[in-house]
Amino acid sequence: MSVVLTVLSLSVLATVLAGLVVLADYKLNNYGVCTIDINDGTKRLEINGGSSLLSSLASHRVFIPSACGGKATCGLCKVTLAESAGPVLPTEEPYLSDAEIEGGVRLACQLKVKHDLRIMIPEEFFNVKQYRSRVEEITQLTHDIKQFRFRLIEPQTIDFKAGQYVQIDSKPYDQVTEAVSRAYSVSSVPSEKNIIELIIRLVPGGICTTFMHNHVKEGDEITFAGPFGQFYLHEGGDELIFIAGGSGLAPIRSLVLDILEKKLDKKMKFFFGAVRPRDLYYVEFFRELEEKYDNFTYIPALSGATPEDKWDGEEGLITDVVARHVPDAVGRQAYLCGSPGMINACVNVLTKIGFGKEAIFYDEF
Amino acid sequence: MGNAPAISPLVIFLASIFTSNMVLANFLGMCSFISVSTEYKTASGLGKAVALVMVFTTTLNWLIYHFIMIPLGLDYLRYLIFIIVIAATVQIIEMVMDRYLPDLHMKLGIFLPLITVNCAILGISLFMVIRSYGFLQTLLFGLGSGLGWWLAIAALAAIREKMAGNQLPRGLDGPAITFIITGIMALAFVGFSGIFVVM
Repeated sequence: MSVVLTVLSLSVLATVLAGLVVLADYKLNNYGVCTIDINDGTKRLEINGGSSLLSSLASHRVFIPSACGGKATCGLCKVTLAESAGPVLPTEEPYLSDAEIEGGVRLACQLKVKHDLRIMIPEEFFNVKQYRSRVEEITQLTHDIKQFRFRLIEPQTIDFKAGQYVQIDSKPYDQVTEAVSRAYSVSSVPSEKNIIELIIRLVPGGICTTFMHNHVKEGDEITFAGPFGQFYLHEGGDELIFIAGGSGLAPIRSLVLDILEKKLDKKMKFFFGAVRPRDLYYVEFFRELEEKYDNFTYIPALSGATPEDKWDGEEGLITDVVARHVPDAVGRQAYLCGSPGMINACVNVLTKIGFGKEAIFYDEF
Repeated sequence: MGNAPAISPLVIFLASIFTSNMVLANFLGMCSFISVSTEYKTASGLGKAVALVMVFTTTLNWLIYHFIMIPLGLDYLRYLIFIIVIAATVQIIEMVMDRYLPDLHMKLGIFLPLITVNCAILGISLFMVIRSYGFLQTLLFGLGSGLGWWLAIAALAAIREKMAGNQLPRGLDGPAITFIITGIMALAFVGFSGIFVVM
C-alpha cells in the first residue's frame, strides 16, 4: 500500500510541478509576434518571440554561421544591431571586442528575441542555404585524412566562391548523443555546381571528424549549410602566395583550380608544409599542374624528414621555406590555411618580408 | 523529527553566515565554488543567484514538507521531492526574472541552471528538516546560508584576482591553490565558532 502511495504521490507532485513550469513558460515566455528587419528593410521576418535570434532566423531559412550550435563557445554568430536591445550578456563578452560592443555587435545565439529588432548581416548570408546531399565517394588520402565527395540532392546546385566553407551536420553515434555542426572548407571548384568535395582530417576526440571518418559510408545522406566565409580571392595581387598545412590544402585547391579555370592573369606559388612524407597527399596532382601551367609553382616542404624517407624536396619549417622563396611583398597577396600556430608563425614571417595586414588573408581552424 | 528548537531566528541568521558557513564549515556547494571563483564580478553574480534560490527553495520546501509530506507520511521521500521542487522552482524563477526583471536576468540569469545541481541548495533544505526549524527560522536560515555562501565565494574570488599575476609553484595553479585558500579561510572562520549555537 505504501508503495502505491509513494509512487502515486511522487508522480502527482512531479506532474504538478512540471505543469507549473509549462504554464509559466507559456505565460511568461510569450513575447508575441516580433518583426525582425534585416539590412534596413531588405528582408522582414515575422517571428514568435521567446527564442534566440540564431534559431529564430534559422527557422525562417536565414542561416547565421555557428559551429557550436548556440552554446556561446565559437563566437561565429555575430550580427550587428541597428539599435540596442539591452546590455551585452556575460556569455557574449569573451567573444566581442570593445569596438564591436560599441558598434552594436551581438552573438545571435545569446540574444533572445523579446521585441522588434533591426539587424544588419553580411549580404553573403542570404545566399546560405541548407543542403541535402549523398556521399558519392570516399577516398583515403593519408593515414588520417579522407576526401569526401557529396552529390547534392536538394537543392541540386550550389553557388559559392572558391575558398569558402560549409557546415556539416553530424548525427549521434556510439556514446555521442548530440548532433553538432562543424565547418570544413570546400576543395572542389565552384564550376562543378552539383557536387562538393571536402578534405577532412581525423582529429583525435573530434566529434564531427570521428563521425565522418568512422560512421559515414558511400550512399549515406548528409545535410550541410553554406557557403560561408570571407576567405576567397580578393582583388589586388599579381602574384598569390598560398600556404597550407594538413587539411588546409582544401580551400587552396579550390582557389588554384578556379583561378586556372578562369585563366586569370595571376602567378601562384603554393607552399604545403608537412612533417613526414606520409602526411603528403595530392603531390602528383599539383606536380602535374606545375608542369602544365607556367604560372603555378608547387613547393611541398617537410619539417621532419629522415634520411630513410629519401626526400629530395624542400626541408625545414614552412615559415623558413617561404622566407627563402618570397623576396618581398611587391604586388603579392598571401592566402593561408592551417592551424592557428602555423598561421601565427606565417603571418610573422610575411610581415617581416613586407606584407601588410591588407595583403594577408587566412582561414583558421 | 522533534519540535522547533528554541533559538532566535536572528541568531540562526548570523550563525549561518559566520559560524556554520555553508561552504567553509559544512563543505557544501564546492564544485561551482571552486570553478566560478576566478573573477570577482562573476563570482559575486553567482553568489547572489545562489542566495536568491536558497531563500525561495528552503521556504517552499518547508511548506511542502509540513503541509503535504508529513500529513501523508512521505518523509522518507524528502530527497527526491526536495530536488524536484528545487529544479522546478529554479526554472520558474528564471522565467519570472527574464520577463519582469530583465536587468537582473542579464546579470544572474545564466547562473540559474548551474545552481539547480548545487548540493548546498539541497543541503539546507535537508538541514531544515533535521534541525526541525520553524517557518521563520527556515526563512532566515535560507537567507543567511545564501549570504554566507556569497560572502565566501566573493572573498575567494577577490583573493584569486589579487593573486592572478603571481608566480605559483608548478602544479599549484588552479584548483590546488584554490583549495588551500579555502582551507585557510575556513580556519579563519573557525575563530567565530562558539559565538552562536544553532543545534
